[in-house]
Amino acid sequence: MDVVLEHVGKQFGRVTAVEGVSLTVGEGELVALLGPSGCGKSTTLFLVAGLYRPTSGRILFGGRVVNDATPQERGVGMVFQSYALYPHLTVFENIAFPLRVRRSRGAQIAERVRRVADLVGIAELLPRRPAQLSGGQQQRVALCRALVKEPAVLLLDEPLSNLDARLREATRAEIRRLQRELGITTLFVSHDQAEALSIADRVGVMHGGRLIAVMTPADLYERPPSRFIAEFIGTPPMNFLEARVEDGRLAVAGVMPRPLAHPVPPGTYLLGVRPEHLELAADGDLRAEVFLVEQMGREWLVHAACGDASLRLLTGAGAAVAVGSRVSLRLLWRRAHLFDSQSGAAVPFGLADDPR
Amino acid sequence: MTPDAVGPHGRWGVTGALVILTAPIIVLYGWLLLASFSVTITGLVPHGLTLANWRFLWQTLPNEANAWVAAGNSLTFAVTVAVFEVLVGAMAAYALSRLTFPGRGLFLGSTIVLHSFPSVTLLIAIFLILRALGLYDRLAGVILVKLALDLPLGIWIMKGFFDGVPWDVEMAALVDGYSRIRVWWKVMLPLIRPGLFAFAIFAFLSGWNEFLLPYVLLPSQGSQTLSVLMASLSGEERFADYGLVTALSVFYILPAVAVFALTQRYLLRIFSGGVKG
Ligand SMILES: Nc1ncnc2c1ncn2[C@@H]1O[C@H](COP(=O)(O)OP(=O)(O)OP(=O)(O)O)[C@@H](O)[C@H]1O
Ligand SMILES: [Mg+2]
Repeated sequence: MDVVLEHVGKQFGRVTAVEGVSLTVGEGELVALLGPSGCGKSTTLFLVAGLYRPTSGRILFGGRVVNDATPQERGVGMVFQSYALYPHLTVFENIAFPLRVRRSRGAQIAERVRRVADLVGIAELLPRRPAQLSGGQQQRVALCRALVKEPAVLLLDEPLSNLDARLREATRAEIRRLQRELGITTLFVSHDQAEALSIADRVGVMHGGRLIAVMTPADLYERPPSRFIAEFIGTPPMNFLEARVEDGRLAVAGVMPRPLAHPVPPGTYLLGVRPEHLELAADGDLRAEVFLVEQMGREWLVHAACGDASLRLLTGAGAAVAVGSRVSLRLLWRRAHLFDSQSGAAVPFGLADDPR
Repeated sequence: MTPDAVGPHGRWGVTGALVILTAPIIVLYGWLLLASFSVTITGLVPHGLTLANWRFLWQTLPNEANAWVAAGNSLTFAVTVAVFEVLVGAMAAYALSRLTFPGRGLFLGSTIVLHSFPSVTLLIAIFLILRALGLYDRLAGVILVKLALDLPLGIWIMKGFFDGVPWDVEMAALVDGYSRIRVWWKVMLPLIRPGLFAFAIFAFLSGWNEFLLPYVLLPSQGSQTLSVLMASLSGEERFADYGLVTALSVFYILPAVAVFALTQRYLLRIFSGGVKG
């Protein structure tokens, strides 16, 4: 079943939490909602679950408008940001809880609980209570509870936020596997971009209650449509250099002006370059002074000052950079991005002497 | 403070201090018990052994209500008050804690204002209203009055319990397919059960000890409660049979002590928010 949001908005009194969100999640697709804290991700999820009623717009499940349908009628599975297990019930009863709405046969319930618990690998935890579980185990129980009624739509609100890095990765893969296996239409909320990019078919980026882009993870990284997204996606984050376009040439602070292949309106811009697209080179475009070297195992993250700007670049471990030394950096122009300094929108460009 | 936080000497010190502080009360109740089986009391010293003071157990005292009937009335009164206070209070408290509706703020404010009135000031009005409703001198009438006077505080306390339950848990139950009323019954109430239980016991004890309302509103002997019978015996001007009064006092205290002894470990939870961890 596909889920469609059409210009959905939600206001709490005078606070606008979500505004004009339009999104289609195809059948069996996993879409991640990504954005900084307070941007309206949870609110969007609650709207889809039926816990909040939209103040504007329409929500459709499989082509049917569900704006006025209660959570019971929508029948989604949901994992809450805080897990929200029932503290007074055992793990078994927690998972069985959605099945006990209707008076199903006890044996039938037990069998379904056991099956889903096996699937997620928590069969041995069934007799315990939530307070006797670790954060990761609670997360799995919450996932079981969401899956046990075999929902057509699954909503996950930062389900991995309380896990350590290793467990987070393992569970992420597990969620993806289960979601594919069962073909569940899924909305996955995260404020961790690496998590969103790695798990999703498509990623929706939210900012200030609006959905500002929905793209595949690769597109989002390689072709960010705005400065906000370029800045938000990618660790370490993208570098920005002030730039001007004059007389058909692109002038970047401290770099010889270069002729443009296609006309770009004159004005001020920001040139965005990812740390992996700056290289140490004898005859580079930029001169900078190294002021910090962070050794991160396989790679080193080098911080260097270039005029007013502070640049980050990635080098292989053991590179010849010392704090305080001056280095020359080559820019991979073809991988750089140009953003309007006012609107922040991406502006396509290419250099005449370095065609894309 | 955990028990380990105090050394063995400190613990004896604390225990000793508590023993000394509570000694007067224990001595007093011990004396009461002893006196109830004594023939005479001269000064403070009881003499002789008798069961005569307990005669109200097998006979109705002249010109007084039957002790068993009075005890029955007290029990009915206290239990009904406790049950309805919890039931009605839990519903009102849930609504005030979770729902937004017009007049919610006003309602919250007025419950506190109501509670801050001394109930004595309302007695005349209550009397007139009960008489008009035909509930004067009826147990049901006093129960209603007691409920009305005690519910505001109860609602506030129970609202605190509900406030302590995270929203997420309730929303999870909604997503799991339960209606609001079933969420209340199957998730919210079990979560605050320890608090509710403690509150019910307090309500019971408060009902059992209530004197003023039954005294004023239940004049006839058939509907008297134990507290009123007590007062009537000890307040006799002609002669007060101290032996009889002490025995009846013990009879009156025992159920309260028993309830307290059986449930005291739950009672403490009313102060810890009433939510089970
Ligand atoms: N019940 C509410 N009443 C008033 N404002 C609310 C309510 N719920 C959310 N908001 C506001 O709406 C905005 C979006 O909140 P939301 O919980 O959706 O953010 P989020 O993206 O999930 O953030 P986080 O990553 O911190 O969980 C916030 O500014 C928040 O203060
Ligand atoms: Mg959130």
